[in-house]
Amino acid sequence: MTTLDRKLWRELWHLRGQALAVAVVIASGVAMLVMSMSTVEALDDTTRAYYQRNRFGDVFAFAVRAPETVARRIAELPGVQSVDVRIGKYATLDIDGLAEPVIGRLQSIPEDGQPPLNRLTLRSGRWLEPGRRDEVIINEPFAEAHGMVEGAQFSALINGHYRRLTVVGTALSPEFVYALGPGALMPDDKRFGIVWMSRQALESAYDLEGAFNDLSVSLLRGAAVDAVLRDIDTLLEPYGGFRAVARADQLSNWFVMNEIAQQRTMSTILPTIFLAVAAFLTYMVLTRLIATERSEIGLLKAFGYTHWEISWHYMKLVLVIAVAGILLGSVLGAMFGLDNTRRYADFFRFPLLIYRPSANAFLLAALVSVATTVAGAVGAVRRAASLPPAEAMRPPQPVIYRHTDSGRRQLLALVDQPTRIALRQIGRWPLRAFFTVAGISMSVALLVVGLQWSDMIDEMAERYFFDAQRQHAMIGLSEAQAMTALQDFKHLPGVIAAEPLRFVSADFHVGTRRHRGAINGVPADTVLQPIHDEATGHDLPVPQDGLAMATRLAQKLDVGVGDMVWVDIQQGQRPSVQLPVTTLFETMIAMPAVMDLQALNRLLKERPSLEYANLLIDKRAEGELFRALKSMPGIGAVMIKQAALDSFHDTIGEQMLIYTGIFAMFAGALGFGVVYNSARIALSERGRELATLRVLGFTRGEISYILLAEVGLLIVAALPLGCLAGRGLTLMIAHLFDTELFRIPATVQPSTYGMAVLLTLLATVTSIALVRRRVDQLDLIRVLKTRE
Amino acid sequence: MPSDASVQKETGSASQTLVARHLSKTYRSGDVEVHALQGVDFELNKNELVVLLGPSGSGKSTLLNIIGGLDTPTSGDIRFRDHNLSSADEAELTRFRREHVGFVFQFYNLIPSLTARENVALVTEIAPHPLDPAEALSLVGLGKRLDHFPAQLSGGEQQRVAIARAIAKQPEILLCDEPTGALDSRTGVLVLEAIERVNRELGTSTALITHNTAIAGMADRVVHIADGRIERTERNLHRQPIHELKW
Repeated sequence: MTTLDRKLWRELWHLRGQALAVAVVIASGVAMLVMSMSTVEALDDTTRAYYQRNRFGDVFAFAVRAPETVARRIAELPGVQSVDVRIGKYATLDIDGLAEPVIGRLQSIPEDGQPPLNRLTLRSGRWLEPGRRDEVIINEPFAEAHGMVEGAQFSALINGHYRRLTVVGTALSPEFVYALGPGALMPDDKRFGIVWMSRQALESAYDLEGAFNDLSVSLLRGAAVDAVLRDIDTLLEPYGGFRAVARADQLSNWFVMNEIAQQRTMSTILPTIFLAVAAFLTYMVLTRLIATERSEIGLLKAFGYTHWEISWHYMKLVLVIAVAGILLGSVLGAMFGLDNTRRYADFFRFPLLIYRPSANAFLLAALVSVATTVAGAVGAVRRAASLPPAEAMRPPQPVIYRHTDSGRRQLLALVDQPTRIALRQIGRWPLRAFFTVAGISMSVALLVVGLQWSDMIDEMAERYFFDAQRQHAMIGLSEAQAMTALQDFKHLPGVIAAEPLRFVSADFHVGTRRHRGAINGVPADTVLQPIHDEATGHDLPVPQDGLAMATRLAQKLDVGVGDMVWVDIQQGQRPSVQLPVTTLFETMIAMPAVMDLQALNRLLKERPSLEYANLLIDKRAEGELFRALKSMPGIGAVMIKQAALDSFHDTIGEQMLIYTGIFAMFAGALGFGVVYNSARIALSERGRELATLRVLGFTRGEISYILLAEVGLLIVAALPLGCLAGRGLTLMIAHLFDTELFRIPATVQPSTYGMAVLLTLLATVTSIALVRRRVDQLDLIRVLKTRE
Repeated sequence: MPSDASVQKETGSASQTLVARHLSKTYRSGDVEVHALQGVDFELNKNELVVLLGPSGSGKSTLLNIIGGLDTPTSGDIRFRDHNLSSADEAELTRFRREHVGFVFQFYNLIPSLTARENVALVTEIAPHPLDPAEALSLVGLGKRLDHFPAQLSGGEQQRVAIARAIAKQPEILLCDEPTGALDSRTGVLVLEAIERVNRELGTSTALITHNTAIAGMADRVVHIADGRIERTERNLHRQPIHELKW
């Protein structure tokens, strides 16, 4: 080891507090990036492995009743590898002790073992015993939500008949990772469950012997998916076939992929901001740190050390700090990444977890950190090394403080001498003051961004569940029924109002732009499910003819009001029509297209009918209503808004709390790093001055005040700026997060600003207390005697 | 590989180590021009010990800095052997300092994080023909305090470490800027003895600046500087023994 290197290590040890603070700043940025990126990778890997292991289908299709022979023809289609035909039905379940009705998805499985596709992962119990028609396997989260174990029993209203079913096992399936009940936005394991029964049992219950209504297909590698979808649609059409969908559009998978995509967006935006801020802070701190080494640099030059040797020496100093930060950040990032992934895996109930972060995240984070710290060091070293050595070794000339103009002088006269020193210091180094303010502001801003997630979730739920939807419950029917059915709902106990509703699958296209979605048919005079424009907060009238379209859908199709859109209805006689866009409206969630229910029924060439009923309920009669609904035949889904809202908060809330906790911690570390270093460097720059003042009779408190008042004043300036910057970042993130599923509102509650400010002050007080300790330990004689 | 300078040293061809002609240095500080040096002629001969004497602000430090390649003149010519230092670029000046010059500063300028031996090693590691750091420290009477940090040494000891550091590379030129300025007279004598011994034993051309006239007696030649000019030069027939110096 050369002497210069020995000097490096000793000085690092001497500077350990500051070095650690800078390393923590770097580590925060690295950890955020590693955590987010590795989580995305792990989710991708885990999902892929799960799908592969359980032979998750590539194509899914539904029909009303298709004969087995059709399945054989589908199997012969080019590109098709294997076909699994099933029976799938929604049914109302009656769980003992639960007032409200629960919806179950009855899904057939072979009695004698795993289906060829979409295999179950048996989590407990056993497979069905052949011939035992009342045995069922239920999905694990549903079982846990109700505390059901093997041997538990519940009732199901199957095709109008109550059946008592016995649980023999619990399982997970790649098909229902995101087990979403009809009409639900969030999985609700208490109110929606998957019930796997023997094929024979369901065949006889629904009169589907030798037939199927649900189909899954796996494809050969390189198969033309679109062609297969088209062929399956054609083959199933005579049997009430419902549009076949590729895996990408399969409900559960679509949500899983969406979630991963969101996490990916998150892993790009937030750590980028974080790393940029960390880099900026590192630059600021190192520049000042190296500037204090000015006379040593002059000395080394006097000895004949070259510019490059000196630069490399300081570069090594910052590299050691950077590497420490990167290592710390990588370890923390991987730890939090694993934890984050585990929570996702729990949320999705993946039966396996693959967390094998690739080197990418680590390398990227390391590269960015090293690049920024080195850039910071190069600038500072160059400035110091460019001075002639003779000049560098002299202490810097006393800086010129000017008398301020008379107005400011009067103002300065109002404050005491120490405050005046602090104010003049800021005035003398405006750029440095600016950087400190900028650094603290950014950490406040990041705190605001981190903490506002829960505001955003609240706002989103509020707007979606209350502003845009006014019903208390939504009832789905297993098949479209005549309008008269609405009367039955109106007569149910506790129902104040009932409105019909239809969702009809449709493909929209204009030129080459295409969207697979649905048309919501609502009554012209709807009160419970109005067309609610988020932009204005007002309800818009349901158009007599033509479509009211979410602006995002209009953007996707590149249409405006007055343009015509081709609509291929995917139900019934599958008419294709051209409809005008008559209204545009902003939405928070999804991108619906709405039209008048009567017009929609006319379009379908069907008698007026409904598939869903929106209900307004008298809360006091809720119990009675639930009991009535449980025994009502033909019901496929019951969505109770309060329950949906609760589960929305439960699932998202917990996720958010942990994420924001981690985020706030790192942002707080950033703030600590800036303040601590600002104060420490100020101390090393002004040690002599402060010691002189002590000798002149100033107390420790007074000189601490002089030193820290400057930092304090800058913090006071930085707090409101940080809140403002946080607001800006929130808007930017809201803009970048815009997906087909969600548009997030950029809401920041006053309490969030308060919390961000409070946390920053906490970090400040901690770092100032640490520096204050050093001020107290200032060795007067030594500081005055030696010229460092 | 020996540098060209060291080859010349061995052949001992020149008696004048360093020659400066018509040196001027002007600093600009805001609106004010400061003429630190005005047309100075100066030479430093082999084995010679020169004391530059003058009040503070007279320009002696500026002259020393230019001689040592720490600064460049505004005009004039300065040559070290066959190197023209006045037209040298940063890299050449660095090499000149690295291979030929040793510095001793008024405030020692030791690296506080390095021990006495390491402070010396800092220089020997980049010099072509250095002494062993321990040997250099023995030469200044600090053979027993090798592993002390600057904070554990007295002012005089620190300055002697600085001298050891300056001579360890066996420079042709040793430049001392107020080496006793921060020391009491008893300690100052110890430091001057060390400088004198190095000059005598190693034959290093030495220039020492001071505002202390008492020190002038140790020199071969005393150059009086005032207001950026050389006022007069005196030659001592005999160097006064250091222990006789009093102030």
